[in-house]
Amino acid sequence: MSWVVENLDLIGRLTVEHLRQSALPIVLGLLLSIPAGWFAFRFRLTRGVVLTAVGLLYTIPSLALFALLPPLLGISFLSEVNLIVALTIYAVAIMTRFVADALSSVEPSVRQAADAVGYGTWRRFWQVDLPLAGPVVLAGLRVTAVSTISLCTVGILIGIDNLGYLFTNGYQRQIIPEILAGVVAVVVIALLVDWLLVLAGRALMPWTRKGA
Amino acid sequence: MDLFADAIAWIFSPEAQSGSLPLSEAIWTHLAFTFVSVLIAAAVAVPAGWLVGHTGRGREAAVALSGAARAVPSFGLVLLLVLVFGVTHKVGASTTAFVLLAIPPILAGAYSGVEAVERRVVDGARAVGMTSRQVLGKVEIPLGLPLLIGGLRSATLQVVATVTLAGYVGSWGLGFYIVQGIQIRDFAQILGAALVIVVLAVVLDLLFALLERAVVPHGVAARRSAD
Repeated sequence: MSWVVENLDLIGRLTVEHLRQSALPIVLGLLLSIPAGWFAFRFRLTRGVVLTAVGLLYTIPSLALFALLPPLLGISFLSEVNLIVALTIYAVAIMTRFVADALSSVEPSVRQAADAVGYGTWRRFWQVDLPLAGPVVLAGLRVTAVSTISLCTVGILIGIDNLGYLFTNGYQRQIIPEILAGVVAVVVIALLVDWLLVLAGRALMPWTRKGA
Repeated sequence: MDLFADAIAWIFSPEAQSGSLPLSEAIWTHLAFTFVSVLIAAAVAVPAGWLVGHTGRGREAAVALSGAARAVPSFGLVLLLVLVFGVTHKVGASTTAFVLLAIPPILAGAYSGVEAVERRVVDGARAVGMTSRQVLGKVEIPLGLPLLIGGLRSATLQVVATVTLAGYVGSWGLGFYIVQGIQIRDFAQILGAALVIVVLAVVLDLLFALLERAVVPHGVAARRSAD
């Protein structure tokens, strides 16, 4: 415990860095997965292609993905860009399936009713399909946020400081409380963000509160 | 694309074949760690999951466990356990970490598979006089197998990725080449090892995908294709 008390500054600074690095992949994952999920939902042909592609991307272990991206994208191996692109890829891979399932969960009769009262495809998507798919999309976003925050720690292996620093530093210096503090900090902020997403969902989607 | 040529050249280089850690040995160790850990985890999680799915008891705890487990950073867990067990017990410590990480997805696959069986089907089985044990063994478990295999699939991929990270604590598995490659700035070795890892993960995933289809009982498969 004394290690934690003496190093609260360090833990605080790394936590801020950690959240900053995780935020962008989570947001990008949500934004990119909406069109990708729609393609998977809308056409039988693209469904197979999109879902197989995201499934394969998700299969690639993180350390191997860090190694593959630099030569493919011309970015530096030991860089924050590499970490953020890799985390975004995993976020899109998780979210796309959720978005596709979410859109499939909307009752066809509701969609027909919207068509019947004159909604165009574009307006129907934003005002009918997406709001009704919201709860399942939110479930996907929660899984994505928690996984991203947890996976972000691997960035320390390519020299990016975040809470993962406490793992390698604690290991090299053989300080068990340091690693434990890192693990606990990651779990706490992941569950905190998860809880904030639930609250945001209730605020933004009041129709889910009324209950069926 | 020179880098990819260099990486492939590294895979077939004499250095990778018979250096301090031959590639074939690294692949076998990687697979051995993965299979042993998933098997141990399955021995615990499968019966527990079936029981949760069948009785509905402990469901809340199982759901909470599999959700919260996602938040645990696997790399941190490996390093933590190695220090706790002592650096002379790296193999046991790492394996324990892999097993702990594999349990939640297998548990989720086992209970959700049993739970997903339609209520009418279970009622039908009881109506023809099956005991509770027979309902579980002859109806719920066979119908839940695809979801269970799905859970084993996630667990296996999770462990393959974590064994890679464990290359940081010992000179074993395919991750070691990447960790060592970062230290000596050998990008051909880093990329070469990464390619081998990707192939390994994709092949395992594909095998599980085939298995998931194969375990669907015949009658169920026929009805689905007739729909």
